[in-house]
Amino acid sequence: MLQAINVAKSFGTEDVLRGVSLRVSRGEVVAIIGRSGSGKSTLLRCLNHLEEIDSGSIVIDGEVMAENDASGRARYRKDAELRAICQKMGLVFQDYNLFPHYSVLKNLVMPQTAVLHRSRQEAEAKARALLEKVGLADKADEYPCNLSGGQCQRVAIARALAMDPEILCFDEPTSALDPQLTQEVLSVIRQLADEQRTMIVVTHEMNFARDVADRVIYMEGGLIVEDGPAQKVLGSERSAAVRAFVGESGY
Amino acid sequence: MKYFNNPEAFLKLVVSMQDGFAATLTIFALTLVFSIPLGMVIALLRMSKSRIISTPIAAYILIMRGTPLMLQLFAVYFAIPMFFGVNLDRMTATILAFSLNYAAYFAEIFRGGIMSIPVGQYEASHVLGLTPVQTFFHIVLPQVVKRVLLPVSNEVITLVKDTSLANIIAVSELFRAAKNEASRTASVEPLFVAGLFYLLMNGVVTVFFSRLTSRFAYYKD
Ligand SMILES: Nc1ncnc2c1ncn2[C@@H]1O[C@H](COP(=O)(O)OP(=O)(O)OP(=O)(O)O)[C@@H](O)[C@H]1O
Ligand SMILES: [Mg+2]
Repeated sequence: MLQAINVAKSFGTEDVLRGVSLRVSRGEVVAIIGRSGSGKSTLLRCLNHLEEIDSGSIVIDGEVMAENDASGRARYRKDAELRAICQKMGLVFQDYNLFPHYSVLKNLVMPQTAVLHRSRQEAEAKARALLEKVGLADKADEYPCNLSGGQCQRVAIARALAMDPEILCFDEPTSALDPQLTQEVLSVIRQLADEQRTMIVVTHEMNFARDVADRVIYMEGGLIVEDGPAQKVLGSERSAAVRAFVGESGY
Repeated sequence: MKYFNNPEAFLKLVVSMQDGFAATLTIFALTLVFSIPLGMVIALLRMSKSRIISTPIAAYILIMRGTPLMLQLFAVYFAIPMFFGVNLDRMTATILAFSLNYAAYFAEIFRGGIMSIPVGQYEASHVLGLTPVQTFFHIVLPQVVKRVLLPVSNEVITLVKDTSLANIIAVSELFRAAKNEASRTASVEPLFVAGLFYLLMNGVVTVFFSRLTSRFAYYKD
C-alpha cells in the first residue's frame, strides 16, 4: 500500500531523515514512537507532501510520488498527477487545523465539493454519516470555536475521512488534549482500526500503540531503529534503545 | 453668525454645497472601488518569493506611504501630461492619485492579515487537496477580511477627510465649495458646515463597519 525507500530529508545542515525505509500493507495500523526531534513528524509530512524529500522514493498504492533521478536526487511527479496521488493520503494534525470560518458541516462538505466535485447533497450526506460515526451528529451546525479540543479533533478525523483516503496519518492527535478527551479521540481511531483502515499514527500513548497498532516503529535521530509487531517492540523483550525511551516517557 | 442661527440660510448654504458634496462622494467611492482590489494585488506581489517582483513593490509602497498625498496629487495631475502627453481631467487625476496612494496602505494591511493566518490552514488545505487558488479564496481570504476590518475602517475614515486635498488641484469638491462660499460671504461658517458633512459621512462609515464586524462575529479565531 505504501512504500518509502531510503528517504532522506534535511533542513539546512540538519539531517532530519537519514535514510528511512517503511512499508505499510493494506489494513495495517502502524504506530510511530520516538523522542522529540527524532523526525516522526517530518516523515509523516513527507508522506503527505507537506515537505519534499531530498532523495529516496515514495510509492503510494502502486503510484510513484517521488523517486530518485540519475543524479540521486528525488524527483516528484507533475502537479496534476502528484495531486491525484496525494489524494490517497489523509493527515490529521496535532492542532486540528479546522477552518474556523466554516461550520462543522461545511468543514467536511467544502473539500469534497471543491476537490472531488461531489454534489452538495452527496457531500452533505457523507459528512453527516461521518459526524454520526465520530459521535458529533448534533454538532453539524456549530463552529469549531465552540467545540472542545476532543470534539475538534474528531471533526478533523471526519474531515480527513470524507476525502476517502487510502491511508490516514495522524501526527500526535491527542497531544493537545487532556486525558479524558484523549480517550474519546483514541476510541475513534480504535474504531477505524477495527474497520481495517490503513493508518500511520505518531503517538506518545504507549498503551494505545501496544493495543491498537499491528506494528510499532521506533525512530531515533532520523532513522528507524526498531520496526516490528507491537508485542515485540514494546513487549518484555524490547530493545535497550526502546527500553530507555519508554522508561523516560513513563510507560 | 449668518447661518447657524438662521435655518433658512443654513439650508440654502447646504444646498449650494451639494455639488461639492457629490464630487467628494465620487472621489471617496471610486477610490475605494479601485484601491481595495489593487491593494490586494499589491499585497500578494509584495509577498512574492521572487525578489524581482517584491523589491519594486516594496519601493512603490515606500514612496506612496513616504511622500505627501498632496505631492502625489500634483505629480499625477502635472507630470503625467508632461511625460505621457495625455491630459487628465482634474477628477480623473484625483481618483488615480488617491487610488494609487490608498492601495499602498491597503496592501500593507492585507499583507499583515494574510501573514496572520496560521500556516496550519494552508497545510490542512493542501492535505485535503485544495489548489492554492481555492485555498486563497475559500480559506484564507474570508478569514483575512475579518482580521483587517478594524485597520481598514481606519483608512476609510481617513480617506473621507483626505478627499479635501483634491481642492489643491481645483477639483470642486466639498471643501472647495465651502471655501468659496466662505470667501464670498466673508464668514467661516461654511467651513464648519463642510465639517458637518465629513462628520456625517464618517458616522455612516462607522455604522457600516460596526455592522460588518458583527456579521463576522459568528466565529472566533
Ligand atoms: N521546517 C523546518 N525547518 C527547520 N528544521 C526543522 C523543520 N521541521 C523540523 N525541523 C527539525 O527537524 C527535527 C525533527 O523534527 P520533527 O518535528 O520531525 O520531530 P518529531 O519527532 O516529530 O518531534 P516531536 O515529538 O517533538 O513532535 C527537529 O530537530 C526540528 O528542529
Ligand atoms: Mg512531531
